Amino acid sequence: MKKILIAASCALAMLTGSVQAEDSIRIAFDVPYEPFEYKDENGELTGFEVELAAAMCEEMNAKCEFVIQAWDGMIPGLLARKFDAIMSSMSVTPERAERVLFSKPYYNTPGGWFAAEGFDIDVTDMDAMKDKSVGVQRGTTMDTFVTENMTGVVNIKRYNTAGDMVLDLEGQRLDVVFVDYPVGEQTIKNKDGFIEIGESVKLGEGVGVAMRKRDTDLAKRANKALDTLKENGTYDAIMKKYFAYDIKV
Amino acid sequence: MPDLISQWLNQNDIFTVMTLLEYWNGLVTTVHLVFLSLLIGLVIALPLAILRTVRNPFVSGPIWVFTYLFRGTPLLIQLYIIYYGIAQIPGIQETFWWLIFREPFYPALLAFTLNTAAYTTEIIRGAIIATPVGEIEAAKAYGMSWMLRMRRIILPNAARRAVQAYSNEVIFMLHASAIASVVTMVDLTGAARNIYARTYAPFDAFIFVALIYLMLTFILVFVFRKLENHLLRHQRPVNS
Repeated sequence: MKKILIAASCALAMLTGSVQAEDSIRIAFDVPYEPFEYKDENGELTGFEVELAAAMCEEMNAKCEFVIQAWDGMIPGLLARKFDAIMSSMSVTPERAERVLFSKPYYNTPGGWFAAEGFDIDVTDMDAMKDKSVGVQRGTTMDTFVTENMTGVVNIKRYNTAGDMVLDLEGQRLDVVFVDYPVGEQTIKNKDGFIEIGESVKLGEGVGVAMRKRDTDLAKRANKALDTLKENGTYDAIMKKYFAYDIKV
Repeated sequence: MPDLISQWLNQNDIFTVMTLLEYWNGLVTTVHLVFLSLLIGLVIALPLAILRTVRNPFVSGPIWVFTYLFRGTPLLIQLYIIYYGIAQIPGIQETFWWLIFREPFYPALLAFTLNTAAYTTEIIRGAIIATPVGEIEAAKAYGMSWMLRMRRIILPNAARRAVQAYSNEVIFMLHASAIASVVTMVDLTGAARNIYARTYAPFDAFIFVALIYLMLTFILVFVFRKLENHLLRHQRPVNS
């Protein structure tokens, strides 16, 4: 009887195991983060990373499911198995690498400074910047940069979403916004009365797919798919749809 | 000695002097915001509750609409409308109102005050209309005017009936204040979020802040128990 039970549970484990293997890969995005991931007029999820994710899944022969997750629950959600990968402009940092497994970086963009027209202060001039309000998205590499270089000089305001931050720039609560360059270009510079200021800042080694540490197989497959896409021109085709310049690494 | 403490604290990643200071500043902001909104809310709620019991619908109607609106919508939505909505009014930046609404503190204070005023109005109104008819008739028989009746009979007894429900409202308000962090205020929750964003240690950052909220709640419960004992001392059995 015992043997039968063990055999049955083994069979069950194999069965569920094989089901799990064919199960879809759930990939999380935080929207809106134009042009990387956002919803178009029809409410469909789209953007550079969404299309790249779809291409990777095709390359990996995997069924994928796209999940929307707010930024500050990204890593906990991944670790809690709510989804299997993050492709939401998550820059590779040593602190994050302690908790998650990163693929090779798949793009790198600088952080850009944006402000209302007529703002003519040099952002690197700490005396002139004194008591100005600078907006960043909480927990991003832009946040780290501003925290390390401008704490105590400027008034740092941290936002949960880029959308809220842009609203406050428009509402004149913020003097300057420091945000991922393409996002700022798309959502701020395109608006009347707003300009890019100063030099953009190169931050870190780029953005990678974040996965759970134990999912080394998935990471290998993702890296292989990325390499193929970068070589066969698919990556470039997707990139050209969204950017006028090169963000490939 | 302080050197020793800071040395000991800096040996771990989460509870460094810097993060503890951040939590402390958050605590000050939370207490400041919650205390002020409760105080102003109570001051507004008392006359509104009395007027809400008036029979004339032109007096009680608008107050009913106010409490219905603020109790019928989530506080988060009210805060968003007041904080982001007001900034979108054309030309607001040129008026003196902008001095008030530019910083997140006053929009948050306004949203919290109006919200707690609406709930408190209904709590006090409920306590007022629960006044036994006999007490009012007795007061009338003594020839007391409406004012005197209110002051000597109705309101003191209503306060006794309202205090337990109001203590809940105070604790809810403390916890609801956590949403102030979505409009860039660094209250307790905002501090915890910043620390979490730096360290990626959600358990440590949020459990610590949860303990601070528990402590604040404990203090509130204690204060309200004292207050209840004081207000309801006539109900205690003899020799206790």
